[in-house]
Amino acid sequence: MHYTTEFRDAEIVHRISAEIKRIITQPWVIMEICGGQTHAIMRYGLDQLLPQEIELVHGPGCPVCVTALELIDKALVIASQPGVIFTSFGDMLRVPGTGRDLFSVRATGGDVRVVYSPLDAVRIAQENPDRQVVFFAIGFETTAPANCMSVIQAKNVGIKNYSVLVSHVRVPPAIRAILSAPLNRVQGFLAAGHVNTVMGYWEYLPLSEEFKTPIVVTGFEPVDILQGVLMTVRQLEQGRHEVENAYSRLVNQQGNRAAQAVINQVFIECDRKWRGIGNIPNSGWRLRSEFSQFDAETRFEVSGINSEESPVCISGLILQGLHKPVECPAFAKTCTPEHPLGATMVSSEGACAAYYRYSNIALTQSTKQ
Amino acid sequence: MEAEIPFFEGPSCPIPLPHHERILIGHGSGGKMSHDLIMQVFNPPFSNPILDQGDDSGIVSILPRNSLASTWNGQLAISTDSHVVWPLFFAGGDIGKLAVCGTVNDVAMMGAKPLYLTAGFILEEGLDIDLLQKVVSSMQTAAQEAGVTIIAGDTKVVQKGKADSLYINTTGVGILPEGIEISGKNAQVGDVVILSGPIGAHGMAVLEARQELGFESQIQSDVAPLNHLVHEMLNQSHRIHVLRDPTRGGLATTLNEIAQQSQVSILIDEMAIPVDPAVAMACEMLGFDPLYVANEGKLVAIVEKNDSLKVLDAMRQSRYGRGAVIIGEIHSDPRGRVLMRTSFGSTRVMDMPSGELLPRIC
Repeated sequence: MHYTTEFRDAEIVHRISAEIKRIITQPWVIMEICGGQTHAIMRYGLDQLLPQEIELVHGPGCPVCVTALELIDKALVIASQPGVIFTSFGDMLRVPGTGRDLFSVRATGGDVRVVYSPLDAVRIAQENPDRQVVFFAIGFETTAPANCMSVIQAKNVGIKNYSVLVSHVRVPPAIRAILSAPLNRVQGFLAAGHVNTVMGYWEYLPLSEEFKTPIVVTGFEPVDILQGVLMTVRQLEQGRHEVENAYSRLVNQQGNRAAQAVINQVFIECDRKWRGIGNIPNSGWRLRSEFSQFDAETRFEVSGINSEESPVCISGLILQGLHKPVECPAFAKTCTPEHPLGATMVSSEGACAAYYRYSNIALTQSTKQ
Repeated sequence: MEAEIPFFEGPSCPIPLPHHERILIGHGSGGKMSHDLIMQVFNPPFSNPILDQGDDSGIVSILPRNSLASTWNGQLAISTDSHVVWPLFFAGGDIGKLAVCGTVNDVAMMGAKPLYLTAGFILEEGLDIDLLQKVVSSMQTAAQEAGVTIIAGDTKVVQKGKADSLYINTTGVGILPEGIEISGKNAQVGDVVILSGPIGAHGMAVLEARQELGFESQIQSDVAPLNHLVHEMLNQSHRIHVLRDPTRGGLATTLNEIAQQSQVSILIDEMAIPVDPAVAMACEMLGFDPLYVANEGKLVAIVEKNDSLKVLDAMRQSRYGRGAVIIGEIHSDPRGRVLMRTSFGSTRVMDMPSGELLPRIC
């Protein structure tokens, strides 16, 4: 199959793996930003193909995982209201809010629907003029253009019963926050290739320069990921710190200008709270005032919610690369994909879920029970 | 103004309207409408001497006229399954074919020879009778293909909104030949794992029919009766230890169930698992793993190594197992777990899915 088989070619994978082993001389800590990359690393067992000197830590790039608990609780309140059709990407349905999730809202009579595209939510609004249709607009830069398009389309067509609950986050401020943290261990980054498809990598140049840290734009297939690791290790070994592109079949420096224009038309930067991490300045997007009539937070009365995290979950430390999932006392014991205590155990892109599903460490933990 | 009093014409008896187009509550009343529905819709395709008696139960005899009778020790395999698939029709099949094949396959997975089915229908008021007729005739075609007879049936009608169009429950009865001991707990260290063909087609065909793929595909459901295939396999070897059809939850779930029941480890070779390109592509685009997608016409067999090649050959001769391949083997440790050797030589756990399959965000 074109574009999948080539980038899963065992011979190329082994050749890159051998080259990494040849050039490495000392331990390095590298963070893959995106949960999709974490998933691929665990699914294909790529960590087993790397030399012991490399420690991969898993970044905060899972939109489901970092969506703030308060916002999920707001979603649960809105979705429970009569007359509302609450639409969301499938992953969000199982994310625990305070004591419940969207699945349990659906089971108690809420109209919660999975959509594959926000434009489907707009269509549902058109078909149900007497209902309020809310779309849970979460994600990084990757999902932002389509989410913005849904708002533009609703405005252009004059759809009054559509609104979005926005929880958008951006990668560069998160990299800055990680590198600025006093306990930071990360020495190089695999940037999230699909984010860069939209945004390019011009935003990363000053970051790499300021923190003297290599950042390599990396894809999601096994060959892509190992190539990203190889380019990062090469920079680290040579004492360089640059932004390099290991995903050039899709990414260039300026990115998709049309998509960026759509984002800028609808969204404006704002501070955003990340689940488990806390507030990161300028790390989010919210609706511009021209589109405020589509803001679900103002359309629905959602105040007075008491949000409370599980006291044992360490997902925040995991998302910052300070701990591995297996270091959590609850991992594979009280916290499993069936009964997640934190969001990182939910989505297939969550680091804990990826560990639980694929790694032998999870296996020994759960069989010890 | 004074209200006009209508002139009383005396009791009248209007001619009842014919109800041939849609299911009405009356079709479930047990009265004439029920009788008419049975005669018009169910009887023509299903008619057979047992059903045609019209009594409260179908009376069957197991022993006479059956080639296995001489070696039969009296054991029956009985299985029941309810079918609620939506939409009712999808590429490659429909709820009727599924209702027959699903239960036939459950009986066959014990190594039994399915003979009889019962069928219970729950119909939603307002259901198009033409549609029901299509489903019923598809059931009969599937029953013929499988070589089973539908010997009893029931119909209930529920108010509009209390069910989604049409649900079917089927129960299957089969005879278990002497000397066959097939069970999920019988996998033994050293056994070989055989898969009867490419995986993931049914689940993706149903998603396509729901128009949830967001693009068009040529994927056809693999729904098929597997009893003839099982028969051919058992002709070759009685050392088939486990048979199971990987339906909901897909191949990964089935293998995990077997590993846990038998308290063994199953090592699967990722490269050996066949997936049709269209299915692989659709899964790739939506973020599904074909290992977790439903099948309705595939089986997994765990067979003693010495017999595995002749069983594999027999499977490939059958139209239901043409794509059969060996995908792995049984080890002792880690007990209860399924491991997968990836195409790069690394090993990872193949876990059970938790709950509903959800497409990824990005």
